[in-house]
Amino acid sequence: MVEFTLPANSKITEGKTFKATGGGNIKSFRVYRWDPDSGETPRIDTFEVDLDKCGPMVLDALIKIKNEIDPTLTFRRSCREGVCGSCSFNIDGTNTLACTKAIDEIKGDVKVYPLPHMPVIKDLVPDLNVPYAQYRSIEPWLQADTQAPTTERLQSPEERDKLDGLWECILCFCCQTSCPSYWWNGDRYLGPAVLLQAYRWIADSRDEATGKRLDDLDDPYRLFRCHTIMNCTNTCPKGLNPGRAIAEIKKALVQRR
Amino acid sequence: MTMRNRPVSPHLQVYRPQITSILSITHRITGVALCGGAVLLTYWLMSATYGAESYANAQAILGSWFGRLVLFGVVFSLWFHLANGIRHLVWDTGRGLEMEQLRLSGLAVVAVSVVLTLVTFFAAYSVGG
Repeated sequence: MVEFTLPANSKITEGKTFKATGGGNIKSFRVYRWDPDSGETPRIDTFEVDLDKCGPMVLDALIKIKNEIDPTLTFRRSCREGVCGSCSFNIDGTNTLACTKAIDEIKGDVKVYPLPHMPVIKDLVPDLNVPYAQYRSIEPWLQADTQAPTTERLQSPEERDKLDGLWECILCFCCQTSCPSYWWNGDRYLGPAVLLQAYRWIADSRDEATGKRLDDLDDPYRLFRCHTIMNCTNTCPKGLNPGRAIAEIKKALVQRR
Repeated sequence: MTMRNRPVSPHLQVYRPQITSILSITHRITGVALCGGAVLLTYWLMSATYGAESYANAQAILGSWFGRLVLFGVVFSLWFHLANGIRHLVWDTGRGLEMEQLRLSGLAVVAVSVVLTLVTFFAAYSVGG
């Protein structure tokens, strides 16, 4: 449902400021905080960080804040090199991975929020159960009824090329949560990340369930809530194009008529 | 459990306006505006069938500074919605969906619709005054 404003329990207040001790190359990080045990509404805490004593990426700063200033700051991270998809946040107004976003790309204060329009578990950790369930719903595995070959299922180089730009997705859900259509209809619209994955299996020459996959997607909400806004492609930290993948699904639905 | 109290993370409040989403919402707003424009056009045509007096009345309303302002908005809506609609048709063929193409075609749509709106008004003023 379209709701432009935040509900009362989600309104953001000004939180604490942690001043840097001593001089140096100071940058302010304004970070969304919410503690499920406090009974309070979310707040923005300001952390001053000396960039001369910090790594180059936004994730380096978050880890430094957690290590040295406030150990209660909660966020997901793992690989710190853009392949795991854990540290996706809304940084400086767009969704991206904190580990591949350089601090010096950002003018002024660095604002870090959880992925937009998601239920917050704590601080920067959103509840991703709905998108994961949606991912499950597209049955993201190879389906084939014919007798399995005794060797590998072969593909021509051209067939394999069709999967490039699809298999690289790390399910960070930056695109999913950048999409206004997903904000308003996330309960029924599958969203760009899940549809890119759906297309990954439709485009796979080894998969034999294409018809069933297209049947499942042919729905005013699951697929056709995409209005080609293209925030998804604009924000993907891996440079992929979910918007084009969705356009290809729509084309395939027309072409098979 | 605190499940029910979980806040919703901010969205419109914090997402930096993107050329992609701004043009998309403009497409929708201009589409709605064109519905209003269609009502105005119908009103204008209907007024003529009711005779000279009602037609003069409609001309006075639509020709007032406020009426002209509204018509300017309707004309811009028409050109923008048409130009961006063509952009959508191209997308539906699977083309023009790379980020750089999206940016350039978006700027082109804005430029074309502004120029055509001004041309339309220039033409209207030189004919009708």
